Order: sequence, then C-alpha cells, then structure tokens
Amino acid sequence: MNTNLFDDLAIDEGGTLARLHQRLEHNADSAGVLDVAYRTIDTPVGTLLLAATTVGLVRVAYDIEGHDAVLAKLSDTVSPRILRAPARLDTVARQIDEYFAKRRTTFDVPVDLRLTDGFRRAVVEHLRDIAYGHRESYAAVAVAVGSPKAVRAVGTACARNPLPVVIPCHRVVRSDGATGQYAGGPRAKSTLLDLEAA
Amino acid sequence: MAEHGATVLRVCRAVVGPVDAEDAWSETFLSALRAYPDLAADANVEAWLVTIAHHRAVDVGRARSRRPVPTDTLPDRPAAHADPAARDPDLWTALRRLPTKQRQALAYHHIAGLPFAEIAELLGNSPDAARRAAADGLKTLRKHYREDETA
Repeated sequence: MNTNLFDDLAIDEGGTLARLHQRLEHNADSAGVLDVAYRTIDTPVGTLLLAATTVGLVRVAYDIEGHDAVLAKLSDTVSPRILRAPARLDTVARQIDEYFAKRRTTFDVPVDLRLTDGFRRAVVEHLRDIAYGHRESYAAVAVAVGSPKAVRAVGTACARNPLPVVIPCHRVVRSDGATGQYAGGPRAKSTLLDLEAA
Repeated sequence: MAEHGATVLRVCRAVVGPVDAEDAWSETFLSALRAYPDLAADANVEAWLVTIAHHRAVDVGRARSRRPVPTDTLPDRPAAHADPAARDPDLWTALRRLPTKQRQALAYHHIAGLPFAEIAELLGNSPDAARRAAADGLKTLRKHYREDETA
C-alpha cells in the first residue's frame, strides 16, 4: 500500500470538485433527478437550513434542530436524491435576507407542505394568515381551526411547523403574554417578535 | 454521497486520465442520483460509487476512442478552465503505460480500498488475478514514476 504515490491525483481537488458539483447541480435538475435541493443562510437567529422540492420550499430548520439530522429525515421521508444546490433557493434566501433587513413583511415563494398533514396542517395553514407584527394566542389559534380545546395540540403543531420564519409560528404566543416555546429556541422567537415590533 | 466526491475523482483521474475524469465523475454522480433510491440502506456507498465510476469510465473511454483525432488544430480546451492535474501529467503518463486492467485494479484497491473479490467482479477475472494486476501495476508504476520517492 503506497498512498503517497497517488497524491498527485489530488492536485487542485477542491477547485475541481466545486466546479464539478455545480455542473452536477445543473445536470441533475435538468434531468429531473434533483428531488430536494438545499442550502444554508446566515441570519440574526443563526444559520438556517433551507430545502426545496420541485414543488416549493419544503423545510426550514434551525441550527439547534441539527441540520444533518434534518437532511437525513428529508432523505427518508421525501427522497434520498438530495443535493446542495443553492440556485433553487435563491429567491427564498433573498426574501429572508430582506425580512431580517426589515424590507419585507410577507414571503412570496411556493411552498410544499407535504411534511405536515391533518390537524397540524390545518394549524400551519392558519398560521400563514397571521400578519406581520401581529400575535395570536395558542387558544385563539385552536378556536380558529375549529378545535377550541386543542390548545396543547396547537402548541405541538407550531413546534412541528416545517417552515419556521417563512410560516410565522413565532407569532403564536401564550394567553398570558409570555412568548412560549419555539423550535428555534425562546431567544430566536423573541428576536423575531422584536424585529417585527420595532 | 457528496463526501465521496474526492475519492471518485481520484479513481477517475487514475483510470481515464485528468481530462476525461471530469466527464466520468459527472456521469457517475448523475447515474448515482438516478439509482440512489434503490440502494440498500446498509450498502457501502463509496464502493457502490466506485462500481458506477468503473462503468462510466469505460463509457467515457469508448467515446474517446471513437472521437476523431484533430491533426492541424490545437486541443479545444480553455487554459483558464483546465485542470492543473492535466498540466502536470507525469503520473497519468506513467499510469497510461499500464495495461487497462492493471490501472483499474490499482485505482480500485489502492485509492478506493475495494477488496480484490469486488474488483474481480468488475474486471471479470478472479480475485487472485485482480491482486496480481494491482501488484504488477504498482511495480511497473514505481519503476517509471518518481523512483526516488517510492523505492
């Protein structure tokens, strides 16, 4: 075994691989075998993972959710044909930047809600109607989706929102005015609420 | 899957040379994406990719041999885009002198770490023959390439 002998095969490997990866993103998308494209974006609430199917944005994930774990889950539940391919996510990344720069109050991107269904999906759909800068209590959301007693289940549905930030589960707070729990952690939730209140 | 990109690139460079390696790599990963949903969950992804790379490299080699050889024009390869490995072709020059099976056996065993039983399946010979091909290839390669460092 003499690996040194083959070291020259690694010349400019990084640059070549970056170029080849770009070519693969493009070819895979054209060939229809890029089921899930993803990228990350740095924001005031940490690095967010963004993932999109050909239908639309399918997942936004906080650092603390573990991006590798989220990608593994996407591979199991959506498709293992996952590639880091920023192009498909350019629009949503730009809109998220604008949101944090206070130049945008609504997101205008196609979404793919396949990761949520049933009651949770009804909650997630309702969340989309809570306007920028507004807050709604868990109890009020429960009433809005027709299950006034399901306050706790609304909390779970918000925590499992597949598209935090873009679908504003952070605007749902406790009836006593406390911010409550959040998938990105309580500090991220306060940051978003403060941003929208400012 | 992407974490194996470097190994696959080295294997392709060793088997088809630095220029065709890029086409072989691209075809390998595109084929892999197509087939990935059918791959067993506990499969050795790198070995599987090398297997695909073997077949795609054979395809690329065939395409190359069918291509007409220009005689009065320069190669149509922009310098800014060219692979530095292509400008420093000593190792490839030495590898190219080897019989194809020796080159393949060398690459699959010494770069990708495939066991000889699997290499034999790819090359259509026996594990012993694959082991001999790799050993003979390595011996010849040492003779022709950087003798001082590999002796």
